[in-house]
Amino acid sequence: MTTSPADASTDPRLLLTGLDPADDRLAALHARFAEAALDAGAVDVAYRTLDSPVGRLLVCATDVGVLRVAFEIEGHDTVLDRLAATVSPRIVETPSRLDAVARELDEYFRGERRAFDLPLDRRLSRGFQRTVLEHLPDIGYGATASYAAVALASGSPRAVRAVGTACATNPLPVVVPCHRVVRSDGTAGNYRGGMAAKQILIDLEARA
Amino acid sequence: MEPFERVVARHGRTVWRVCRAVLDEHDTDDAWSETFVAALVAYPSLPASTNLEAWLVTIAHRKAIDVLRARERRPRPVETVPEPPPAPPHDETVARADELDGALRTLPPGQRRAVVYHHLVGLSHREVAEVTGISADAARRASADGIAALRRLLAEPATPRRTGTSGRSARRASVPAASAPPASPEPKGTR
Repeated sequence: MTTSPADASTDPRLLLTGLDPADDRLAALHARFAEAALDAGAVDVAYRTLDSPVGRLLVCATDVGVLRVAFEIEGHDTVLDRLAATVSPRIVETPSRLDAVARELDEYFRGERRAFDLPLDRRLSRGFQRTVLEHLPDIGYGATASYAAVALASGSPRAVRAVGTACATNPLPVVVPCHRVVRSDGTAGNYRGGMAAKQILIDLEARA
Repeated sequence: MEPFERVVARHGRTVWRVCRAVLDEHDTDDAWSETFVAALVAYPSLPASTNLEAWLVTIAHRKAIDVLRARERRPRPVETVPEPPPAPPHDETVARADELDGALRTLPPGQRRAVVYHHLVGLSHREVAEVTGISADAARRASADGIAALRRLLAEPATPRRTGTSGRSARRASVPAASAPPASPEPKGTR
């Protein structure tokens, strides 16, 4: 510990700080590293973020396809932490790898796309939830269905509550349209991105 | 285990310093990228107790030396092309970084690494010794000698690129004078 004021003659670190890279250089380096890591096949989960009418979205993908779409209110860091624990810690921000996904989402939010044409990695949903989620695209763009109707379509007419849970924990919101499942009284119901976000999506589809 | 992206964000600067200690800027970019790709590949099998920073410094040290060796094997056009005229220092920070970089390059590689790894990266002398394969005493000596040499070099009047702005002279005043106690980077009274 030095007692004199910080000065290059007492703190060699100050003498040397001129060698640090600028932030934009590190950003460029990161982009280069991300490409090299993809080429080496060392990225298990690629991700990027993008702005949308329902807030900033986190989009994650594996070699299989889109793995996870997350809303800001879920906490993007928390989501990435969970993926590190459940899928793989080899998680790298690689926007280029997700260009196609970002493009389709942009088109959807502009009202120019009615269905997604993306490979999906469904490993985060299992069992009944998976059955439910696989039926959701049957509800057409701009239409809605009640939880009870989805339970019926999934072959378990009495599992209305389980359908609610399956939708509320959909790992691929927006892309897998759980926002089209609403309460029998016509109100939106629970949503991973919050009820307001759900209503925005329903309105967007109704307008387009 | 946290997402690797966060490891890059936290240790990117440190890895840069390690690579830059032996390489020029262009080669540093190569070594930086290679370091993190190698680390990413091995990351999931890393024991939980691993000191990530020390692990990355070790990888970066090796990658930097690999890049340096590859460069030495290649024909070096650098030796036949005359030194390009230095760009006018438009920025105080850039000017100072150039000056410092020039001074660092004149140090023997061992001293340069000891200085950068200890003072910039923050490794202890013992850790520097482990990474570079010398004794802790030798690492301590190399670091002290390197700092002393840097102070001498930077205290000399800068002849080639003098701008004469007042900002620059003010900044130069913070560089230790040649009369500063030479070889004692540690504060007085530590032993």
